[in-house]
Amino acid sequence: MAEKVLMKGNEAVAEAAIMAGCRHFFGYPITPQTELAAYMAKRMPKLGGTYLQAESEIAAINMVYGASAAGVRAMTSSSSPGLSLKSEGLSYLAGSDLPAVVVNIQRGGPGLGGIRPSQADYFHATRSTGHGDFHLIVLAPNTVQEMFDLTIEAFELADKYRVTAMVLGDGMLGQVMEPVDISRAGNITTFAKDWALTGTQGKRSKNIVNSLYLEAEELEMLNLKRYEKYAEVGKYARTDSYLTEDAEVIVVAYGICARIAKNAVNGARKKGVKAGLIRPITLWPFPKKQMKAAAATAKAFVVVEMSMGQMVEDVELSIRCSRPVILCSRTGGMVPTDEAVISAIMEADRTERS
Amino acid sequence: MTIVYQRPQALTDTVTHYCPGCTHGIIHRLVAEVIDELEIMDQCIGVAPVGCAVFAYNYFECDMAQAAHGRAPAVATGIKRANPANIVFTYQGDGDLAAIGTAETVHAAARSENITIIFVNNAIYGMTGGQMAPTTMPGQITQTSPYGRDPKLAGYPVKVCEMLAEVDGTTYAERVSVDSVKRVRNAKRAIRKAFEYQIAGKGFSIIEVLSTCSTNWGLEPVEALEWLRKNMIPYYPLGVYKDKGASE
Repeated sequence: MAEKVLMKGNEAVAEAAIMAGCRHFFGYPITPQTELAAYMAKRMPKLGGTYLQAESEIAAINMVYGASAAGVRAMTSSSSPGLSLKSEGLSYLAGSDLPAVVVNIQRGGPGLGGIRPSQADYFHATRSTGHGDFHLIVLAPNTVQEMFDLTIEAFELADKYRVTAMVLGDGMLGQVMEPVDISRAGNITTFAKDWALTGTQGKRSKNIVNSLYLEAEELEMLNLKRYEKYAEVGKYARTDSYLTEDAEVIVVAYGICARIAKNAVNGARKKGVKAGLIRPITLWPFPKKQMKAAAATAKAFVVVEMSMGQMVEDVELSIRCSRPVILCSRTGGMVPTDEAVISAIMEADRTERS
Repeated sequence: MTIVYQRPQALTDTVTHYCPGCTHGIIHRLVAEVIDELEIMDQCIGVAPVGCAVFAYNYFECDMAQAAHGRAPAVATGIKRANPANIVFTYQGDGDLAAIGTAETVHAAARSENITIIFVNNAIYGMTGGQMAPTTMPGQITQTSPYGRDPKLAGYPVKVCEMLAEVDGTTYAERVSVDSVKRVRNAKRAIRKAFEYQIAGKGFSIIEVLSTCSTNWGLEPVEALEWLRKNMIPYYPLGVYKDKGASE
């Protein structure tokens, strides 16, 4: 029997982390991810784990760096302004090839912005997460169940590839309550971490966790090697599709926007437009192949997102601008309506097939 | 024949990158001798800073992490919380600990993280070529205080031991110097006590070591030691600022 529990998205992430074996959480209070930290503060002491409220987002991510270097599953969570501060640590984690899980429950920006839901950190997550050449694996849930499932997957992928995996949600997904089947946690893999700092225990030579390489040749070689790993990660590019088989207009949306877009696809179909939805589940790696395949049959694309237009660039790049791509977006904490998306689909349908 | 002096096991057999006359080498050795004497090398994890001591990860024989600038106490916190049985120390300079990493330092102390901090204060940014540090003294000339540090414009130095002594979580804070044989021996005693406190689970310890920077002070090594005695010790008095561990 499936065990369904009613949970907020933020709580589902926290419970999933615990079920994935994470016993070290380092955080800093910020809306709208607060419930996540609160859940950890309540549960961790009873599990013999660590909940530590850090003095800053910067300290929190560096505590994750230390705990991860010591070989345990560690995570931190925050919301948009906090992620700006964590950027330094994310770069060091990448440079030291340490696994970590970081959650961003996005809110409107820039600056202090607002506390309503947003997807305006897409570029930050997939492009400019910190200085230097590196990537995170970025997972984009669109239900509370997926907040749970993808958090567990994030820990598995992080350990497998020694990278940071980010769960990129938004204020709405963090706050909404939905039933979650927590029995879906599945098996948790134990990864051998012979690189970890556990003390030599007299059994091995010293380990060093470091990202400094003053010889340019060596640093280039390490970056090339890391990008070979990223190429391997590319095979995880994943989407969910809805009515795409005969679709002439492809709507691309992730997270909460994909749920709105799905309604809009149904609405457009009622008006006689063959619309379909592709929902990227991984934002990095971006599902380029799936976009390219859709471009073979579709005449136009509509991208729905809660930003001034960020993922839209990845869609255009994936299809090499071979089809018109219409952006339907709201920003600053505003959420697109079904009607606005339907209008965008109708507009896209009016474009001539090239 | 009896061996009376040799490289501690906790130091690697490596030529360091430190300038001639720099006292980092002495301080590294003291830490290593203490690790050897307490027989903790197998459990020990060090955290190197950004600054002159960035390559400390190559010089200590135990497991080592390199931290982002100023973040060593946060990284050490993560390591210690992951495996509390490990003995965790950071080795940081003044820019790292008392400027960019002030928050990490103060809050590691406030939490009384059971770690040991070796804080090397030479009143200047050495690695980047001699800029004003948070511990540069009023009037002191550096590359970025070319007319001497003017407190009206550049503020006052941070006195770390004095500040941390006021933090409830600080267990042990002592300022030492390595400018003479007597003081080197005293510095070792303090470092040893800090590690002993960690082993006993007594909480946060910091040993501030006054150090020279011949290169960026523009002085011969012997002159630099004299300059330290004449200028630094009066401003940064040596001694125990707090020792809660002794009464526990």
